[in-house]
Amino acid sequence: MKKATIQLETFTCPSCMQKIDNAVKSVEGVDKESVNVMFNSSKAKLNFDEEKTSIEKIENAITALGYEVKKSLVKDL
Amino acid sequence: MIQRFILGKKNHITLVSAVLIAIAFINKWTIGNMGIFIWSLVIASVLGVAPIVIQAYQALKVKVVSIDVLVTLAVVGAFAIKNFEESAIVTFLFLFGAYLEQRTLNKTRSAIKELTQMAPESALKQMENGEFEEVEVDEVDVGDILLVKTGAKVPVDGTVLTGEGHINEASITGESVPVSKKKDSQVYAGTILENGTIQIVADRVGEDTTFGRIIELVEEAQDSKSEAERFIDRFSKYYTPAVLVLSVIVWLFSQDIELAVIILVLGCPGALVIGVPVSNVAGIGNGARHGVLLKGSEVINDFSKVDTIVFDKTGTLTIGNPKVADTEIYTDNADEVLSYLASVENESDHPLAKAVVEHIGDTKLYTVENTDVVKGGGIVAYVDSHRVAVGNVALMEQENVPLDEKARADIARFEKTGNSLVLTSVDGQLKALMGIRDQIRPGVKADLQKLKKMGVKSLVVLSGDNQGTVDLVARELGLTEAHGHMLPEDKSAYIKGLQAKGKIVAFVGDGVNDSPSLALAQIGIAMGSGTDVAIETSDVVLMNSDFSRLPHALGLTKATANNMRQNIFIAVGVVLTLLASVFFSEWMNMSIGMLVHEASILAVILNGMRLLRYKLR
Repeated sequence: MKKATIQLETFTCPSCMQKIDNAVKSVEGVDKESVNVMFNSSKAKLNFDEEKTSIEKIENAITALGYEVKKSLVKDL
Repeated sequence: MIQRFILGKKNHITLVSAVLIAIAFINKWTIGNMGIFIWSLVIASVLGVAPIVIQAYQALKVKVVSIDVLVTLAVVGAFAIKNFEESAIVTFLFLFGAYLEQRTLNKTRSAIKELTQMAPESALKQMENGEFEEVEVDEVDVGDILLVKTGAKVPVDGTVLTGEGHINEASITGESVPVSKKKDSQVYAGTILENGTIQIVADRVGEDTTFGRIIELVEEAQDSKSEAERFIDRFSKYYTPAVLVLSVIVWLFSQDIELAVIILVLGCPGALVIGVPVSNVAGIGNGARHGVLLKGSEVINDFSKVDTIVFDKTGTLTIGNPKVADTEIYTDNADEVLSYLASVENESDHPLAKAVVEHIGDTKLYTVENTDVVKGGGIVAYVDSHRVAVGNVALMEQENVPLDEKARADIARFEKTGNSLVLTSVDGQLKALMGIRDQIRPGVKADLQKLKKMGVKSLVVLSGDNQGTVDLVARELGLTEAHGHMLPEDKSAYIKGLQAKGKIVAFVGDGVNDSPSLALAQIGIAMGSGTDVAIETSDVVLMNSDFSRLPHALGLTKATANNMRQNIFIAVGVVLTLLASVFFSEWMNMSIGMLVHEASILAVILNGMRLLRYKLR
């Protein structure tokens, strides 16, 4: 398992969070329990299984919604 | 691609749609050409709704009924009844509102952003060829050797290998007086090298550095949610779809599209969902600027209701650095005695000995021979071929030093004022008596008064010192209760007792040996210059051990908790008023509904922003 911290463009509406939350959770291999989308710091934190998915796939799920991914950091758990 | 392009041009679209609406109405009032009027509004509506439709589509794709979905349907409905005036104005207001929200939200977040922007971004790292090259701070690993030049930020926590300099550690400790660093000194990420050049080896990098942890703590805090917020979140998840269903039902029964559309617009949740997080981020941001780290909205709520504050004594109410407060000399040759005393005490690292050495200052130092440390008594040694004994009364008795009436009276007087005693005898004669005590932090008394004024009923001090010393501090500071002879476990047991009586207890300690009490109290407040344990176990951290931040912290949490309540009140009030006016008034239409909706969102954001300027009067 790996831990990802994804910095996104500034959120302004709380429904953005819900969208990103649902989008990220629907990626196969992402630990649903670990997903935390933070409104004020405009970040998403989550754990994922690197054998089932990759950080690129998770980023794509977010950019497909029209949000810009500024930076992401992946660490071993 | 097209989607991204349209979303990126949202601000331009808002402007164009404003111009079109203006053209339409100017034309209506002057030339009166209905064709131009209607077509301007149609174009404004279609243009304006484009980004909203895209957002709605994206939301539905991940199974979220968002506010965009409601607005899109409302515009479709307005088109169906050919009310282009409403559709154009509603889309414009929605886009313009979003723009203003973004601008103002950025303001409320600015305080915390200032903090995170102090994080170092690059480092000069030694490469394999021995040269230093600039790299991103993420690329630095533990063990790397880094060069820090004058004026640069220290990129990681590390140890100085070579070089010297002065570092401003304000970002970690809040103290802006530069600290001298040389070989083997510890340096911290985010601090600034004001002069000199140093090479360091990286010990901790990224989020593991002290600064990284402070930032992470504050970032988590601004997004941490209280029970009430989690409730609102759950509520809004079902609220939006519920509004949709309600509007469909109204439409089916009344066949009145206009009414159904108004309900869609009015039902948009906005102020309710955004109100509490906005107060939270502004309050925590204000704290971060003033050296108070608050760990989230739950802490804010609890702290604002506190009625009992328990203090540790040493290092909290007092400086934790004992000093010589009273001196009596029983000889004409004071300089010689003080030199002997300093020479003997120089050998010891006992806190009292350090206080004595510091008090005497620069003096002639003799060679000390045959040093004998008497456990629980003091030190006996030969200085300048005299037998010198330094210690407590028991040691003097053991050395057969006679204590005359004046000396006994002085001892009694010193003890009464809470001093620890250091007696000095030379060749069996008492020469000097010193009373050493811990100093009360300057300004503490006034700060405690402020806390009382803010409604804290009892202020309690708990200490491991003897009861006499603790009573003295309590009397001097006007505390309600004082208990001495307390071990760490006694302190936590005492706090448990208070809680059993229904008190809401805050514990203030330096975090070194108070961890159980910090964790147990509803609000653990650490006076730490960023010590790790304190940061981990406490709920509130007062940076740089600054006691005067405590009243500000309490006042701020009270103001923030109030602000949250005001925002919930505004939000709920607006929704109820709007819904009531749909059914009971004539003047309500889509545009007014959207206007009020956007205005209420701005109202809660602006209300939250007031917290950024909060200052304790």
